[in-house]
Amino acid sequence: MKPHQALLIIVILFFASLYFVLPAQIGPLKRPFLQIKIGSLDLSREIELKQGLDIKGGVQVVLSASMSSVEEKDRPSALESLKTVIERRVDLFGVSESSVKTSVSGQDYRLIIELPGVTDTLQALSLIGETAKLDFALPVFTPGKTASDSAVLSGFKPTDLTGADLKLAVVTYETENRLPGVSLTFKDTGKEKFAKITKENIGKPVAILLDGAPITMPTVQQEITTGQAQITGGFSLEEAKSLSVQLNAGALPVPVSVLSQKNIPATLGADSIRKSVLAGSIGLIMVVFFMVGNYGRMGVIATVGLLLYGLITLTLYKLIPVVLSLPGIAGFLLSVGMAVDSNILIFERYKEEIRANRSWQAALELAFGRAWDSIKDANTATIITGLILFNPLDWPFLNTSGSVRGFALTLILGILISLFTGIFVTRNLLRVFYKGKTINYIPTTRN
Amino acid sequence: MNWMKLTPLYFFLSALIIVPGIYSLARFGLKLGIEFTGGTRLTLNHVTVPSEKIIAIFADYSPVIEVQQNDSFTLKMKTTDQSIVQELIEVAKKDSPQISLQDFETIGPALGQETIKKTINALALASFLLLAYISLAFKQLKYGLCAILAMFHDTAVLLGSFSLLGHFLNIEVDLLFVTAVLTILSFSVHDTIVVYDRIRELAKKTKDQSFVSLVNQAVTETMIRSLNNSLTIIFMLISLFLLGGESTKFFALALLIGTITGTYSSTFTAAPLLVVWDKYISRNKK
Repeated sequence: MKPHQALLIIVILFFASLYFVLPAQIGPLKRPFLQIKIGSLDLSREIELKQGLDIKGGVQVVLSASMSSVEEKDRPSALESLKTVIERRVDLFGVSESSVKTSVSGQDYRLIIELPGVTDTLQALSLIGETAKLDFALPVFTPGKTASDSAVLSGFKPTDLTGADLKLAVVTYETENRLPGVSLTFKDTGKEKFAKITKENIGKPVAILLDGAPITMPTVQQEITTGQAQITGGFSLEEAKSLSVQLNAGALPVPVSVLSQKNIPATLGADSIRKSVLAGSIGLIMVVFFMVGNYGRMGVIATVGLLLYGLITLTLYKLIPVVLSLPGIAGFLLSVGMAVDSNILIFERYKEEIRANRSWQAALELAFGRAWDSIKDANTATIITGLILFNPLDWPFLNTSGSVRGFALTLILGILISLFTGIFVTRNLLRVFYKGKTINYIPTTRN
Repeated sequence: MNWMKLTPLYFFLSALIIVPGIYSLARFGLKLGIEFTGGTRLTLNHVTVPSEKIIAIFADYSPVIEVQQNDSFTLKMKTTDQSIVQELIEVAKKDSPQISLQDFETIGPALGQETIKKTINALALASFLLLAYISLAFKQLKYGLCAILAMFHDTAVLLGSFSLLGHFLNIEVDLLFVTAVLTILSFSVHDTIVVYDRIRELAKKTKDQSFVSLVNQAVTETMIRSLNNSLTIIFMLISLFLLGGESTKFFALALLIGTITGTYSSTFTAAPLLVVWDKYISRNKK
């Protein structure tokens, strides 16, 4: 490739990444909404930097599914359906950008749930963690020992009507005492079952059980064929809302317990971001001074390369998208320090070739060629450890923590992009713009 | 310059740092955070009662005060869940009505054990892959082995320093520290490869030179660039350590210690090791 063609590519890349990096709206100027799809890469969505939970604030919960009652071979599918139900619950509750991931570690089946922006964690936990298994049952009474003793409730006889027969659950105030309750609408199958139960038990109580415990036990007045029922039991509005969400999303196939939990206040993240940006800017200024001070005009060109490095990296963060956590930001800042690595190797090599009495043109090309071996081997070593940290194949014996992965991803991306800017970009910029000092200046044939 | 003449001095300097570190590691170990041990950490705001009172309320979970800033307390205790903590806070409200829970984090003990196991796996896998890669890239096992030895040197310095920091300054090791250790593995090897690459290149060019003088020449020629390479990273890390957010402060410190020892070891450990290896082991074979 001729240097001037390369320069054109560099300029195009510069403006393209600038386009993505700048905020979507600056004053009256607005970024036009692109309708581009390249394979799975959809550019028509909102392009914004995705912030991790530690920046935005919210809750992260790791739930452990108790699989003891499930057969070994059915456990993975039980975990998947557990995930589906919890995802539905979270969606119905209206938490945006939530994420639910599964993770299997030995005999331990887990769900990792992230709920950004949630502040009432206790309520969130009860919403996602309760099994919410709904049953209709007939109470069984044992008569009192003497005639004056009242009958004692001794158990429940299950019916075939369960939460699976539900079509819809909504919060209602149309209750006897005007307190919040949940109104149930059955599917056609449930309608028939409910009609049958009510017909056979006129004048007797029917219990509605949630996770095995009775919440309400109304007495049947007449046969109900409309497929409507109501749960009342002194709920608060929040409780009624949670219950309706849980019922609509379905019962959890297996019970879960909290393995770990982390609440992050949003203010902490904003403060950390401000500090990291300040630290990054000062570090960057030091790097630039160092490069220009040490390598003069070559250092200036390396700085241009570094600028492009920053732009391309941020663009990729937005496009992939990379969820930016605090360790991720640290990884990015670190990679800026590393990005000039290949420049330093090349420039030092150039100085050496000049000392060996070569013309600056020859020295420049030799420096790029000869420094490549060490650059390649050194960076491969970093990528190897980066991949172990990132664990792309989800190997169960390696770490799967989000913060470690965030750091590893920024590190790997940083190395790949810095190889591009440190070698391709600076090399061609130097070819076009750099003129070394030569005693016997030989005009080049290049244009 | 005959750098290799001073090999015993370099090894002595390394030992000066590593021996106290290893002693501290064996004696006190690392101060493990709740990510490894399991436990609960929480921050209470607007506390208007003395700390003893707070400790007494949470007494069932053996609490320890980690940070105390004005009326805000960060406590570490045995694993518990948020509803219990919330109940205890209600109790505390009798004396300190404004008290509120700002931060809450809990990790089951099983999860902690697992993290330790996974960390060891990652370290072993990284060492093996790097050993294989360097040995292949340089076509000789001794390069791979010496680079890995230098890498262990850096790991020992880093672990030792954090053991000392943990013992004397109560600095805990968390999951990010593991990330830092693994990143340092690659930095260490990164710098070593730059020196080894020059030895490889010189060896191709000159056939009649002794191995020691080859290494000396390579070290002389690469010293400045190794230093400059690391300096740019060190600038960033110092800035992150001093000015960056609280949550990445000690992460930056771990990387900083690792980068400095990595730079030192590439020249003053990895290269002399090659010479020593060549002198004692390769020669015996002949």
